Amino acid sequence: MKPNMIFGRAFAAAILATTIIGGPAAAFEPEATECIAPANPGGGWDFTCRQFGKVAQDIGAIPGTMQVVNLSGGGGGVAFAEVVNKRNDSNDLVVAASTATATRLAQKAYPGNTSDQVRWLGSLGADYGVIAVAADSEVETLPELLDMIKQDPRSISIGGGSAVGGWDHLKVLIAANEAGIEDVRSVKYIAFAGGGEAITQLLAGSLQAYTGDLSEAKGFVDSGDIKVIAVLAPERLEGEFSEFPTAIEQGIDAVGANWRGFYAPGGMSDEAYEYWATTIHDVYESDQWKQVMQTNGLAPLDLSGPEFQEYVDASIARIEELSREIGLIK
Amino acid sequence: MELLSSLGDGFLVALTFQNIGLALLGCLLGTIMGALPGLGPSNGVAILIPLAFTLGLDATPALILLTSVYYGAMYGGRISSILLNIPGDEPAMMTCLDGYPMARKGQAGEALALSGIASFVGAFFATWGLVFLAPQLVKVALLFGPAEYFALFVLAFATLGGISSTNQAKAAFAAALGLGLAMIGVDTQTGVPRFTFGEVHLYDGIDFLVAIVGLFALSEVFIFLEHRGTDKDSSTGPKVQIGRIIPPWSMVRSCIPTMARTSVLGFIAGVLPGAGASLGSFISYSMEKRLVDRENTFGTGDPRGVAAPETGNNAAAGGALVPMLALGVPGSGTTAVLLAVLLALNITPGPLLFTNNPDVVWGLIAALFIGNVMLLVLNIPMIGLFTRVLMVPPRILMPIVAMISFVGIYGISGSTFDLVVMILFGIGGWVLRKLDVPLVPIILGTLLGNEMEVNLRRAVTIADGDYSVLFGSPLTIGLWSIAIIGFIMPMVAGKMLKRRMQLAKKTGEDTDLVD
Repeated sequence: MKPNMIFGRAFAAAILATTIIGGPAAAFEPEATECIAPANPGGGWDFTCRQFGKVAQDIGAIPGTMQVVNLSGGGGGVAFAEVVNKRNDSNDLVVAASTATATRLAQKAYPGNTSDQVRWLGSLGADYGVIAVAADSEVETLPELLDMIKQDPRSISIGGGSAVGGWDHLKVLIAANEAGIEDVRSVKYIAFAGGGEAITQLLAGSLQAYTGDLSEAKGFVDSGDIKVIAVLAPERLEGEFSEFPTAIEQGIDAVGANWRGFYAPGGMSDEAYEYWATTIHDVYESDQWKQVMQTNGLAPLDLSGPEFQEYVDASIARIEELSREIGLIK
Repeated sequence: MELLSSLGDGFLVALTFQNIGLALLGCLLGTIMGALPGLGPSNGVAILIPLAFTLGLDATPALILLTSVYYGAMYGGRISSILLNIPGDEPAMMTCLDGYPMARKGQAGEALALSGIASFVGAFFATWGLVFLAPQLVKVALLFGPAEYFALFVLAFATLGGISSTNQAKAAFAAALGLGLAMIGVDTQTGVPRFTFGEVHLYDGIDFLVAIVGLFALSEVFIFLEHRGTDKDSSTGPKVQIGRIIPPWSMVRSCIPTMARTSVLGFIAGVLPGAGASLGSFISYSMEKRLVDRENTFGTGDPRGVAAPETGNNAAAGGALVPMLALGVPGSGTTAVLLAVLLALNITPGPLLFTNNPDVVWGLIAALFIGNVMLLVLNIPMIGLFTRVLMVPPRILMPIVAMISFVGIYGISGSTFDLVVMILFGIGGWVLRKLDVPLVPIILGTLLGNEMEVNLRRAVTIADGDYSVLFGSPLTIGLWSIAIIGFIMPMVAGKMLKRRMQLAKKTGEDTDLVD
């Protein structure tokens, strides 16, 4: 998009805001809305964009249909660089993000890019981490598992769906750290291409434990193949998940939420930022979104605007510290 | 027969006007997407997800549409392989090896019809396998730990020599090149980027489709440009004959044992998560060559060389649905996308899917049967139309191929970086063709190399650095034995066989299999 076009749009929007609506500062109205999914169609970020766009249109929070653009590559790094370098002034653009985005930013895995180059808009829910074992395992609680690791780290292989240093790995390390395991590098983590593959290997007996998100594990919990020994949530979850004990109530102060949300270009105007943060909040509050959350096993996490910005900054700092401990970054 | 009555219920679900219409639409779109280089089953399905959502389809109709696209793309991939020597997608790569020589010999129509029949047979038996064996087959998937997977991929590489009969050293070089390319990207076992030179576009590794389109399609265009105006110019050569559209019964009959064997082989390859259709078609081809190619006709236009990979990859496509439906674990890239659709449609995949959503599962399986028959019926009469492609003069065809390649690749990732990579692969492919290095092992190295590496490292990490784990179970020992036999046998037995063949020819007992 040419700069003068952006200027033209902003100008038109300003006129629209002052003449037609004439309301307070939040009266920004985007002309065309766009959501970048930094992954191929079918992935988690793609669904965040599409489901958000659909609900936002249904409840009339945005004008028209939201255009979803897939810009995959580099674990979200290609899209991040594109937004920072070429779309920095856009007011009509949001980008799907999750804890994975924050993790990669913390580990400097987007070469040359940092978290403060964009504005964090808001979250649409969180998928809490779980640690599970096979149904026939002797291990019943999280402290038991961590004790076994403490005594002989080589005896327990934990599998998960992310690469080493990714969020599934870090969740175990957070728990191990809280349980007093000093050298978290001794925890044996095996990376798989996805949570389902890791669970299959848990059932096949290659692994002793599994770390992942609740939504991935749900089908296997229902069938009784695996047992969840801890949910990494601040308190017990609602509904059918309420039977799972949290790590905190077992004396291990570990919380790991994989949030789903959005960031916006760093040069987005305050009015537009306000508009998008409100839109995300409105979508979050809608009944349609409650349905989406239930379907996908998402737990509540309602943060938008500056609150969300703070939350992301804090989690990036925490991940950075942990990554330094395990030697992923210097 | 409880299963059959469930299947009957499935047909009741699938046989509505809307669902049949969707299956027809899916089959047509899938065939076209499969045939176009750069659009394979996984992005074909992914592109249509928004359509399924916009139409507001329920779970079953949406799945029927998307799986028809999936099966359709498996059929369609062979068309460009046979006619242009450009695989439409990864699994169709092996079909180039004998399909294109057949087309050059003037048997394009027969090759297309035969591969259509082979695809039908593979998909048909795989769908029955899905009906009867899904719960049991899940247990097979659970027998495969990282060590077993590693042995399986070694087996695949050990039989690689079967692909190019001319020069084994060049095939080995090509495979090594492919393995090297597979190393590019972030290493999942350590989180460290390898060979990326700080370029964020390379963090996810090289996309197979970009490599395939570059190596096959663009290099074909370059070769054409090079020969233009010289006596090698193919456009001034004699017109290629299309041949008959219905293959002679003797040709089909000679392929029946091949189809039977590769249906089973492909199906098993599909059931194993992570292996998928490419491994299915590859193993089917190389095993079949080992088994029946006594006269060294594979690679020169042997109909069995067309039937084997096509049966194999369609059987694997059906097999890949087993872990997806019964475990919620994708067996291939396409099933990963389908799984995401299930989640979005409020259906929890996993071991309870058959119990909780029988209408979805059985409706889907019934739709697979319907789609498969539809594809066969659609494909056979359209062969005449497809073969018209060969009548198009290369000076018009080649620019179209180039254009489709660029649009297709840009359409997937929306990044110009991939276009540059594709052009580099095109130039590389052109050079390698000049040096007579086979291109197929490069792609196989890239496709299988990654899985082979991570499974080796998973196995050894779990065993705390003890390499003996790789031979630690009966299944691994079995796989290793087959790999070793498959590697050594041709060297020893090949010479003996050839000698016996020559003797047989002299005494005039040589039976003509094909013509």
